[in-house]
Amino acid sequence: MNEQTAIKLTPKDFATDQEVRWCPGCGDYAILKGVQKALADIGTPREKTVFVSGIGCAARFPYYIETYGFHTIHGRAPAFATGIKLSNPELDVWIVSGDGDALSIGGNHVMHMLRRNVDVNFLLFNNEIYGLTKGQASPTSRLGTRSPSTPAGSIDAPLSACVMALGVGARFVARGIDRGQKELPGILQQAHAHKGTSFVEILQNCIVYNDEVFGDITDKAIAGDAQIHVRHGEPLLFGKDNDKGLRLDPKTLKLSVAELGKDGVTEDDILVHDQTNHMLAQMLAAMDRPDFPVAIGVLYDNPADKTYDAAVSEQLQVAKSSAKINSIEELLNSGSTWTV
Amino acid sequence: MSNTAEIIEPRGGKREVLESVVVRFAGDSGDGMQLTGSQFTHSTALTGNDLATFPDFPAEIRAPAGTTFGVSAFQINFGGREILTAGDQPDVLVAMNPAALKVNLDGLRDGGLVIVDAGTFKDRDLRKAGYDSNPLEDGSLDGYEVIEIDVSRLVLEAVKEFGLGNKDGLRCKNMWLLGLIYWLYGRDRQPSIDWLEDKFKSKPETAAANIAALNAGHAYGETVELPGEILGYQVPQAKIEPGRYRNVAGAEALAWGLVAGAQLAELPMFFGSYPITPASSLLHTLSRLKQFGITTFQAEDEIAAVCSAIGASYAGQLGITSSSGPGIALKTEAIGLAIMVELPLVVVNSQRAGPSTGMPTKTEQSDLYQAVYGRNADSPLVVVAAHGPGDCFDAAIEACRLAVKFMTPVMLLTDGYIANAAEPWQIPDFSTYEKFPVKFHEKAEGFSPYLRDKETLARAWAVPGTPELMHRIGGIEKDYDSGHISYDAMNHQRMTDVRHDKIARVADFIPEQALEQGEADDDLVIIGWGSTFGAISRAVSNMREQGYKVAHAHLRHIWPLPRNLGDLLRGFDKVICPELNTGQLSTVLRAEYVLDVEPLTKVQGQPFKIREIEAAIRRALDGEGA
Repeated sequence: MNEQTAIKLTPKDFATDQEVRWCPGCGDYAILKGVQKALADIGTPREKTVFVSGIGCAARFPYYIETYGFHTIHGRAPAFATGIKLSNPELDVWIVSGDGDALSIGGNHVMHMLRRNVDVNFLLFNNEIYGLTKGQASPTSRLGTRSPSTPAGSIDAPLSACVMALGVGARFVARGIDRGQKELPGILQQAHAHKGTSFVEILQNCIVYNDEVFGDITDKAIAGDAQIHVRHGEPLLFGKDNDKGLRLDPKTLKLSVAELGKDGVTEDDILVHDQTNHMLAQMLAAMDRPDFPVAIGVLYDNPADKTYDAAVSEQLQVAKSSAKINSIEELLNSGSTWTV
Repeated sequence: MSNTAEIIEPRGGKREVLESVVVRFAGDSGDGMQLTGSQFTHSTALTGNDLATFPDFPAEIRAPAGTTFGVSAFQINFGGREILTAGDQPDVLVAMNPAALKVNLDGLRDGGLVIVDAGTFKDRDLRKAGYDSNPLEDGSLDGYEVIEIDVSRLVLEAVKEFGLGNKDGLRCKNMWLLGLIYWLYGRDRQPSIDWLEDKFKSKPETAAANIAALNAGHAYGETVELPGEILGYQVPQAKIEPGRYRNVAGAEALAWGLVAGAQLAELPMFFGSYPITPASSLLHTLSRLKQFGITTFQAEDEIAAVCSAIGASYAGQLGITSSSGPGIALKTEAIGLAIMVELPLVVVNSQRAGPSTGMPTKTEQSDLYQAVYGRNADSPLVVVAAHGPGDCFDAAIEACRLAVKFMTPVMLLTDGYIANAAEPWQIPDFSTYEKFPVKFHEKAEGFSPYLRDKETLARAWAVPGTPELMHRIGGIEKDYDSGHISYDAMNHQRMTDVRHDKIARVADFIPEQALEQGEADDDLVIIGWGSTFGAISRAVSNMREQGYKVAHAHLRHIWPLPRNLGDLLRGFDKVICPELNTGQLSTVLRAEYVLDVEPLTKVQGQPFKIREIEAAIRRALDGEGA
């Protein structure tokens, strides 16, 4: 074992000597800090961790993390990461992507990575805008977003990243916020602990092209009512005074917001979060302002029996132990041959 | 196994001896023509003939039965001399139905033999094939020897006892005709019987029916007097270099070559691919060879296939991807990244007729520009071409060798013809192959990700998991020394230059170009690459026998070109370059050597005929004292 694995790691050990080049005030700084803290807490030796990214502001992330890093091409990071993980399953593989990279040009790869359930961690920095290409509307931009490519307001309906992830078979789905420094490292740790693809959407403020787009969720004055922090086994309560909760109407199969103490509502009427419940996760993921709070935390964590990479390794092992042809010579001489 | 066939003298007569024969089996896509052809190929090889084959099938899996666009064919050329191509013109056409006759009759030699299943020449069948009248009756077959047999009826009789319905019974038609052809050329049926018993192990009645059909067809030849007093033929054994042989198709040899290449590099292999004709057979073959440490990954698309392979190379395996032209186009951006981050990658391109979807099952060599130049920016890589089915083995090993030695993508060009064609192949002694084991960089002192080998300019390969060597690479330009992101103008010049120089240096590590035939002071050289090898080789040897001073050079290395190639070509008065495209290698050679290279081109989805190349040689040299 080398020296690095013997010492306890700190967030600073994960900083590189490179000057960070995001715009001052960008939400990415806070996420970088959160990830460095999470990595230190997780404690995997730095050389056994790889960060893979595509293209975009978020994709510069690997340059600022003192691990192995591969900055690839637009939208394809999941495919590179799959090749890396299958080639060396002992590596901790993290993917950093933005909403354009992950959901537009790379949507196909995200879908297939999730359905295959490759044991990697996928971080989606969602700022609802293309930053690096100077501010065009993205697949998560809200209807009516005015941008250089949509001067009259965007007209294509946005998609919900977490709903999409659950829809294509993700077994771990979580949502965090860039400035949620207390919470984010914990979510990332749980994502890392999950065997299989962990999908984490992080709401991230783009100070230049989409400033305060999440203001209706994150402003301190309203955050209590606009966010619900879900925890496995705990009632789904929220509100500044923790006096609101989510109820399920069994007749309509719809969620509703209830106030404790009003109309005889008690805590017993409030749903308890079960992170293994796919249907609940879908409803939580779909909740949006202004009628509902936005769900933050681990919405779904329900590992499959086997990850894709484990199944691949298993098939390799079976082939090695059961093959009748084991050398190139045997291979070339297999089947029907004749001598002249 | 014995290499002598039992030659049974038919009906007291003597079999006519032929030096070589071209037989073409043609029928519906569902008639099992490819299978029939491969069985005949196998028995022919066992008889001791040299041979070459050409499977020629439509892209439609099961086009409506009886139509011309559903016709599938398999051509085999075999003989007692060296056989280099599948033959210019069939001597024998076996037509399972009117459509097969219609599509293939034009290619048949004048006076050639046509064997038809007369049971399929009913009004409805004729209309489907687009015949206004019955070619068996209206004189269109005058000038050919015709054997009409109601195979459909005879086969049903032969398999009656096995209780198969009409539909399943008729499926044995191909075996009946194979039996007849076996008789015609004095072939041993036993290997096909063994094969049928093995193939239908779980359906013994199907095996028995097929064997009965095979035997019935054979017996028919022995007992029925055929028109033209045909008593069967004998094709003598070819003079073949002593050794152990097998039949091999290009796709199979290529797969084995990749496995061998990874072993010689002492690396596990990662094969990322996406189904596309005619490249898919590589994925199928490698998926069954996992015991060699091969991970096969059927990706969601061509892009993911190449990206996963690059990811695997980054993590320390030998990343390989394969496709055909349109798929390679999709992979192009990622190949550019592999050039930029300087990771080994083998990209197999099984070329097919294009552009776009083109003719997926038809062969062409029109992706040479794409291989050499087809990327954004100055992005050189290595291009290697295989020239025949067996040669795919060595070409694949060479691609692996150069990829790891120079930390570069290598494009390995093959084509639909090579991939599907089969030939007898002398099994190489693998212990004589030189290893090229990869050593990952592990030393922290003085490390930077773009640290280069002084001789090859290859960068250091340090894989994730190696302590103290954490680093970042990517598509953004890197500083020559530190490997950090750099937008410095002169640094970009330097890095562009070094990427160019690295590939140029490959020429110092490949053999000089030799002549396949002829002398360096001949009047004319035919320079070829890829699957045109057989046709050029035979044409040149035929013309040399006639006194023409013509030489043949065939390129393994398309990029960089062998160091001596310019001087070699300049030594001839004329240079002709036959290609199945509109003149791509010709352009490259002209650009590199400012040399007059005359293209000889063909884009018909079919290989060159020997006589087409002979005609070009004649045109070039007649009247010049040849």
